[in-house]
Amino acid sequence: MGKLLRWIGSDSFVVSLVAILLGLICGAIIMLIGGYNPIVAYIALFQKIFGSPYDIGETIREITPLILTGLSVAFAFRTGLFNIGAEGQFLIGMTGATFVGVKLSGLPWIVHAPLAVIVGALAGGLWGALAGWLKASRGVNEVITTIMLNWIGLFLSNYIVASFLLQPGQQRSYMIQDTASMSLPWLAAAFGNARLHWGTVVALLAAVVFYIILWRTKLGYELRAVGHNPHAAQYAGMNVNRRMVTAMFTAGIFAGLAGVFEVLGVFHYQTVMAASPGYGFDGIAVSLLGMNNPFGVVLGAALFGGLTYGSAGMSFGADVPPEIIRIVIGSVIFFVATQGIVRYVLLPFYKRRGKEVAKA
Amino acid sequence: MVPLSTADTVVELKGITKRFPGIVANDSISLQLKRGEIHALLGENGAGKSTLMNILFGLYQPDEGQIFVRGEPVTIDSPNKAFDLGIGMVHQHFKLVQPFTVTENIILGLEPSKGLNIDYKSAHARVAKLSEQYGLKIDPKARIENISVGMQQRVEILKTLYRGADILIFDEPTAVLTPQEIHELIEIFRGLVAEGKSIILITHKLKEIMEIADTVTIIRRGKVIDTLKVAETNPKELAEKMVGRGVSFRTEKKEAQPGPVVLDVKDVTCLGGKGLPVLNGISLQVRAGEIVGIAGVDGNGQSELIEALTGLRSIQSGSVTLKGKDITNEKPRRISEAGLSLIPEDRHKHGLVLDFTMSENMVLETYFHPEFSKGIFLNYDAIDKYAERLIQEFDVRTPSIYNKARSLSGGNQQKAIIAREIDKDPELLIAAQPTRGLDVGAIEFVHKRLIEQRDHGKAVLLVSFELDEILNVADRIAVIYEGQIVGEVLPKDTNDQELGLMMAGSKRMQGGEARG
Repeated sequence: MGKLLRWIGSDSFVVSLVAILLGLICGAIIMLIGGYNPIVAYIALFQKIFGSPYDIGETIREITPLILTGLSVAFAFRTGLFNIGAEGQFLIGMTGATFVGVKLSGLPWIVHAPLAVIVGALAGGLWGALAGWLKASRGVNEVITTIMLNWIGLFLSNYIVASFLLQPGQQRSYMIQDTASMSLPWLAAAFGNARLHWGTVVALLAAVVFYIILWRTKLGYELRAVGHNPHAAQYAGMNVNRRMVTAMFTAGIFAGLAGVFEVLGVFHYQTVMAASPGYGFDGIAVSLLGMNNPFGVVLGAALFGGLTYGSAGMSFGADVPPEIIRIVIGSVIFFVATQGIVRYVLLPFYKRRGKEVAKA
Repeated sequence: MVPLSTADTVVELKGITKRFPGIVANDSISLQLKRGEIHALLGENGAGKSTLMNILFGLYQPDEGQIFVRGEPVTIDSPNKAFDLGIGMVHQHFKLVQPFTVTENIILGLEPSKGLNIDYKSAHARVAKLSEQYGLKIDPKARIENISVGMQQRVEILKTLYRGADILIFDEPTAVLTPQEIHELIEIFRGLVAEGKSIILITHKLKEIMEIADTVTIIRRGKVIDTLKVAETNPKELAEKMVGRGVSFRTEKKEAQPGPVVLDVKDVTCLGGKGLPVLNGISLQVRAGEIVGIAGVDGNGQSELIEALTGLRSIQSGSVTLKGKDITNEKPRRISEAGLSLIPEDRHKHGLVLDFTMSENMVLETYFHPEFSKGIFLNYDAIDKYAERLIQEFDVRTPSIYNKARSLSGGNQQKAIIAREIDKDPELLIAAQPTRGLDVGAIEFVHKRLIEQRDHGKAVLLVSFELDEILNVADRIAVIYEGQIVGEVLPKDTNDQELGLMMAGSKRMQGGEARG
């Protein structure tokens, strides 16, 4: 508890908070220029997020996949890799879960649902590992391969859904078997039928697992060593190439899980998509917001997910077009990412504080 | 103190104080540089030499004190301002664009133009003229990647001259040079001074100061200890003032008692990036209880030899045996576990993970041992305890074991690596440039530890570009040239002149062949 309090008082927390504020102010200025009332808009935003049990539940639903894709990007980043491919891993994980969820039948829930989760997670993991393997064996930059794999993942998913799982007359798969559902109907009932599911619990657990792997295990020690200084890791006898594959595999599992729960927990079917849903790309921003720290990622996802979901309120309640809302979200991320600017803004306050200390 | 007249003083620092959080880097430092003088700045690592010069070069602002250039009080708030005042700096790590020619590097940022084009013709001519004037012997059209380190340094010197500098600051200029190149550099210094330039020389090598400097200012812990005329002092006095206690120059050691062969390298050949051999049938033996020194100019296969021995580079032909066990092309971890320790040449790149804590760094090669791990988990309590012990034993100065390796000084980082490598109790310890960038006190420490290791009956392979170090510490010297051992000599039978010739490939000794 003391640790938590110290963290709230710490520099990075204050800076993050000020960054969010600056972002909101910046957004307000843009709204003013566009002729919209920012106060009305922000009230609408908060009302949409916290207004009713249903909205709170749906905000949590929105946050959940962002936690997992954020963890995916952050995990890779901690090991020195830039995973732009969370989007593709998300889609492949989703498809794996849909396949198991639709095709297998007659299994009890306790077998079917976890199986679908595991298959989806592994599919996402392998999709990520592919990029890691290409980097380790052929030296291909993971930024390039993961971007390419996003496209391959999108069209491969569409192909699988359209060829093997399509419900006749629809642009989507059959519904998954009830035994594969990861929804939480009793909890959903308490939240006005918001689509709550087990994925939220898994996402929070994943943050803890992230922490334990990286900072408590031998594997994590190696991963971090490779991330910080691959040369020294190699000199110390670590297998740098194998660790790259491990890192991308783990990152892929996180992203894959995000996709898994979108199917098993939220929609219960998978559509043939014209474009990627974007959770993987948003994961990059979330990981940045959370400074690649697992608990930071949870908070970053909450902010990002909250703003995304609440933005619907801004367009309904204050008639702000969604483009402006994306600008507001963008400026919040901008200020969090450019901490130098925030520290510059804070400088006079810090100086005054320093002088007071000196006087005392 | 020498009475100093102010008539021909080009730079004067008065009461310069610079504080960093928790430390006073420069404490009221005063210094005078005269026209045509070579003024050495002597001090240990972290004594504040670099901070002081960075203030003079406009990279830092002093908290207190005043700088006078040619009698005028000035504020130097950027390197550009320093250039305007005629102050140039040759950094330890060169700042050159490798694929560019000499001229292109020199005119970078000040390109003379003819319409929209760069006027290379006049640039080449000007560079050639400057080169001739100061006897630098540089081809203006050569590409940086094709010329030696010594030549690259001259390009840096030309760069400052081209910008009209007449006050030149050199930061550890001889660290990367061969003995012959050092002689040539000293000649260049004399030429510069003869043309009325003034030089500030940052160094911790006493020999060089005695050879070329006129005046020396000794700094210890941010304070000026003394300013002396070089002609009126001696190395011993300088060393004592620098370190603050007595130091011995000759490394004290008993006669070596060589035992059985520990490392046996036979006809090893390795290919480099372009498919050409970088190790060309190299053969070498190191026995228990002896220190073998590898002397040679940088780039003759030293790094490749170390990589081949430690399993980081694949061996095309030949064999490496450690204590009778074949380790040719084994994985680095197997070799390390078989009893080989390495103090790597580049401690930041290869020796430490700078963003890890000291504690984490101490088990970089041993974290998976049962004493530091439980199943898949690390036993941080045991690791911390172990780190605590090593840091005590080897006197690594760090506020705590939880500080990042990045925050320690170079000497303490090196001590930490040495602690880790020696505590593994290796059969063979390879020390590559173990004292590079260290001060007298730390060098003494490193040498003592290497000799201790030898006296415990272990084998030590010392790779160094510093001839003095090899001559002082090694029991046997092997000279490497173009990927081969071109001769083996005993330190007592040779001198730096002979070694220098062998290192340059112009003299081959038969000693290396005698063994076969």
